[in-house]
Amino acid sequence: MKDNIIEVRGLHKKFKRTEALKGVDIDIKKGQVMVLIGPSGSGKSTLLRCMNLLEIPTQGDVIFEGRKINDKSVDINEVRKEMGMVFQSFNLFPHIKVIDNIILAPMKVRGMSKDEATQAGMELLKKVGIPEKANDYPAQLSGGQQQRVAIARALAMKPKVLLFDEPTSALDPEMIGEVLDVMKAVAFEGMTMVVVTHEMGFAREVGDMVSFMDEGLIVERAEPEKLFTAPENARTKLFLSKVLHSS
Amino acid sequence: MLDFTFIPRILPSLLKGAGVTLWLTAAAVGIGFIIGSFMGIMASGTSKLLGIVSKLYINVIRGTPLLVQIFLIYFGIPALIGASVPSTLAAIMALSINSGAYIGEIVRGGINSVDRGQFEAAFSLGMNRKLTMLHIIFPQAFKRIIPMLGNEFIAMLKDSSLVAVISMEELLRKGQLAVTRTFKPFEIYIVITLMYLVMTYCISLFVKWSERRFATDER
Ligand SMILES: Nc1ncnc2c1ncn2[C@@H]1O[C@H](COP(=O)(O)OP(=O)(O)OP(=O)(O)O)[C@@H](O)[C@H]1O
Ligand SMILES: [Mg+2]
Repeated sequence: MKDNIIEVRGLHKKFKRTEALKGVDIDIKKGQVMVLIGPSGSGKSTLLRCMNLLEIPTQGDVIFEGRKINDKSVDINEVRKEMGMVFQSFNLFPHIKVIDNIILAPMKVRGMSKDEATQAGMELLKKVGIPEKANDYPAQLSGGQQQRVAIARALAMKPKVLLFDEPTSALDPEMIGEVLDVMKAVAFEGMTMVVVTHEMGFAREVGDMVSFMDEGLIVERAEPEKLFTAPENARTKLFLSKVLHSS
Repeated sequence: MLDFTFIPRILPSLLKGAGVTLWLTAAAVGIGFIIGSFMGIMASGTSKLLGIVSKLYINVIRGTPLLVQIFLIYFGIPALIGASVPSTLAAIMALSINSGAYIGEIVRGGINSVDRGQFEAAFSLGMNRKLTMLHIIFPQAFKRIIPMLGNEFIAMLKDSSLVAVISMEELLRKGQLAVTRTFKPFEIYIVITLMYLVMTYCISLFVKWSERRFATDER
């Protein structure tokens, strides 16, 4: 399919003892926001991390823009330039300032000049609402601010896809909203996003498609309205009844 | 009877020896840091072969006496190549190679202490291993190992006295020479002890200061 930016085919990932993925198929369309939900240990993170090859699949294909990327002949770094990732634990670089966190990869990987990168970086900081923090160190920021910087850092590489692994799970409740708002803004600008989250409100409002994972497989996939109001699979129903009632 | 009145006469020579001890130590730890950085990066890298090479180096050097290493270089290598090795060169080589192994182990530990998430964040931005090491991992590891590098400097300063046996005229050797001239071993070795103590104490103060300075902006 031409309009698929990522295609995952028959993906297996086996760790020493556990089989985290047992044959996953999923397509991500250009401009789509795909939300992954599912119980703990169902393989959501593993699937996401296989997409940018932070984990190497044991079997199956990850196809990015029509090219199989889990292949020895492919330069992983070339692929990763085009796929940003936002982590649950932010993973900002603590030894350099906020602005340097943002401009480092554009300069070293994309070869941008410092002026050009800084200008673009400041624009991104404005977009995520904290231009005044440019010269602070990450430790001086709140969790919500750090995660917004992490999003700006990923955007600075001008990626074609952004992967989010539970971006709000490590945050105090009062900071979740500010991060979701930034993600929403990024989505509305047309960014292709794959989002693992427990924020069902976000999934419903921003998601174009929701996939429910359980025990290493995608069990059900539907548009959010459909999946949340009329799930078909018994395990989906059980999961949704738990999370929707507890939140 | 104890007699320290002659000490001022030999002090210039002892101070010169202390100077040699200091630069010898600085050279050994400096070169050792370069060797150790490569060894530490190799030991914590992805290449199996380089990992084995660095672990072999680190374990062989740390598992054998420095004095034996000095003898091997000063007496052993000339027998092999048929030309003598100047004692200064032999001393620097032996001490650097030795220090490189200890610092390699320190660097390896420092790199391993950096959170895996830091590698992953850098990789996810398209940075390769080299860029990631250089800009992300090594600077963070370096801050954490400063106290241990300071300790290594102090240890090396003391261990450098071993090269007195190959006639390298550092502090201890200067003392030995003074003893043969004055026949006052107790007084001279007391003074030398104090001189080592002053040097190691000053360095430990400097290490504490730099630790505080480097610790400011992180977490
Ligand atoms: N590096 C690893 N080594 C060994 N096992 C792993 C590793 N990473 C994940 N697993 C295992 O793989 C399975 C899937 O893990 P994964 O992290 O993908 O789940 P998840 O859906 O993201 O869960 P959570 O909601 O808790 O983040 C789990 O059983 C987990 O223990
Ligand atoms: Mg997870």
